Amino acid sequence: MSAHTKSPDGVFPPPLVQGGHDFGSVTDTICKIVEEPPTAGWFAAFAVASSVLAMLGGCIAWLIWEGTGIWGLNNPVGWGWAIVNFVFWVGIGHAGTLISAILFLFRQRWRTAINRFAEAMTIFAVICALVFPGIHVGRIWAAYWMAPLPNQMAMWPNFRSPLLWDVFAVSTYFTVSLLFWYVGLVPDLATLRDRAKGKIRYYAYGLFALGWRGANRHWQNYERAYLLLAGLATPLVLSVHTIVSFDFAVSVIPGWHTTIFPPYFVAGAIFSGFAMVQTLAVPSRKIFGLEDFITVRHVENMNKVILVTGTMVGYAYAMEFFIAWYSAAPYESFAFINRMFGPFGWAYFIMVSCNVITPQLFWSKRIRTSMTWTFILSIFVNIGMWFERFVITMSLHRDFVPSSWDYYSPTVFDILTFVGSFGLFFTLFLLFLKFLPAVAIAEIKGVMPEADPHWDGYHDAHVAKAEEASHG
Amino acid sequence: MAEMRKNWGLVAEFDNPGALLEAAHKVQEAGYRKWETWSPFPIHGMDDAQGLGGSRVPWITLGGGLTGFTIGLTLQWWSGAVAYPLVIGGKPLFSWEFAVPVTFELSILLAAFGTVFGMFILNKLPRPYHPLDKHPDFRGVTDDKFFLSIEVSDPKFDVHRSKAFLEELGGRGVTLVEE
Repeated sequence: MSAHTKSPDGVFPPPLVQGGHDFGSVTDTICKIVEEPPTAGWFAAFAVASSVLAMLGGCIAWLIWEGTGIWGLNNPVGWGWAIVNFVFWVGIGHAGTLISAILFLFRQRWRTAINRFAEAMTIFAVICALVFPGIHVGRIWAAYWMAPLPNQMAMWPNFRSPLLWDVFAVSTYFTVSLLFWYVGLVPDLATLRDRAKGKIRYYAYGLFALGWRGANRHWQNYERAYLLLAGLATPLVLSVHTIVSFDFAVSVIPGWHTTIFPPYFVAGAIFSGFAMVQTLAVPSRKIFGLEDFITVRHVENMNKVILVTGTMVGYAYAMEFFIAWYSAAPYESFAFINRMFGPFGWAYFIMVSCNVITPQLFWSKRIRTSMTWTFILSIFVNIGMWFERFVITMSLHRDFVPSSWDYYSPTVFDILTFVGSFGLFFTLFLLFLKFLPAVAIAEIKGVMPEADPHWDGYHDAHVAKAEEASHG
Repeated sequence: MAEMRKNWGLVAEFDNPGALLEAAHKVQEAGYRKWETWSPFPIHGMDDAQGLGGSRVPWITLGGGLTGFTIGLTLQWWSGAVAYPLVIGGKPLFSWEFAVPVTFELSILLAAFGTVFGMFILNKLPRPYHPLDKHPDFRGVTDDKFFLSIEVSDPKFDVHRSKAFLEELGGRGVTLVEE
């Protein structure tokens, strides 16, 4: 349509791809990141990330050898940092699926520049998340008991347990996210295959591109499959954090046994996930020269999502307190007063200041279009959302019997395992940036005005040609 | 190699999505049936231009989803109420409410498998070799080039007439590709 080329200023949104790109230069800009040898900066970052990953390996090995006693768990607090880290990482993943699936269904075409990136983040975050319940089972060699496998004891998992629902939810989420990501990658892998100079590159990318050649009959099935996957991933992503919240809400612990948990967890997950996308996207667009694709408009839109979901999270915090008072249940009221003013009150105030106050700064257009502010505030949100899960988990430390109350402190292994999970995340992310296209090449071409067969440029050229023919 | 290779078809390059779509309409009108367009991204309106019906992927998705639903429900009922009956919390051995999350997740999982593998199977992928790989410029189809091909097996195909037709439509570098 003529909308994108001939509209008066400000009536239609600016083009999604800026900087006067054509199809060829889009391919070049994005593939260059993968095709050029890694920079010294990449190697330095990779060295740090993989060392931290090695530390995670060491911590896990020691945990398996020695047992969960190396962590700070104690009698009332049977769930510590492991569950906090699990929920933290799963939550981060949700933004990727929201961008790739929900925004796709809503025809938000600006998502195209960031979806590949965000989906990669989802997959790596879910891998980090899966580590924690995996190593927390205690007898790790019996972890397969969680799967409904026929065994010599003739026993089956307890399907009434929310923890088992979680096994199904998170593993389905991981598998579907991986499939969605891979389907999106196939045409771009074909691009890398067709540009490959060396034999190894050609065959490596060719293997995963499955012989994609851009036939329209293939595109038809492909687009339909992509739409269906988006339709499947949308209820899936909402169900995953709902079921994660059931881990808490289906129990009878005061502070956990609340019906607000599923929507509140989902909003928090999207909130933290978008913050993590900003933390990764803001530096990456600068370092890899992707400013024409991941524009200020993209960053601003994501900041608006952070503002909305942050406000929802703030509302949920307030509503939890209201219901604790309104329910007139003494244990529930105590749990919340203790949450704010008890031994872990410091954590509560970190959570509120990071999650409720900082996102409100995004009401200012100057702040939400500033890369520096965005980066700094996204870090605050990441910290705040980790503390949210910590605060919730710490409801355990003062249970029904005061004689068993105890304070919880992490050990050095709790801390190093959590830090190590960032090593796992960033190692995978750096490998992704180096070996796979960070922006969806085929999709971004599809949202350029030139991709429309009725674009004015073609029409004008056609008319000129016809006139020339009739005169000549 | 002296043995004769069979011809696969003619391939022509077009300048842009607009030119390709226009050519596609005319090739379809001319009555060709075994022909295809090739582009770096899906082009709006091309399915109609080629006279393609709807995609069959959704049926495979539905099949996958129903299979997952059945497996999920059967697994939870059979393992808890038949294979190893165990009363938990004084509740009945089976009730549909607790089975919702796992049934839902398995439905989604198998529907997704059906969608992805169904799409690849319908597209006959993976396909390591294709006659067009021999065309010198065809690699550009995943970058910024647009092609239209007519296969020899098309009943209306005639090397000279089809070649002239493609050139008349504005196709550049019309080439006969061997199998």
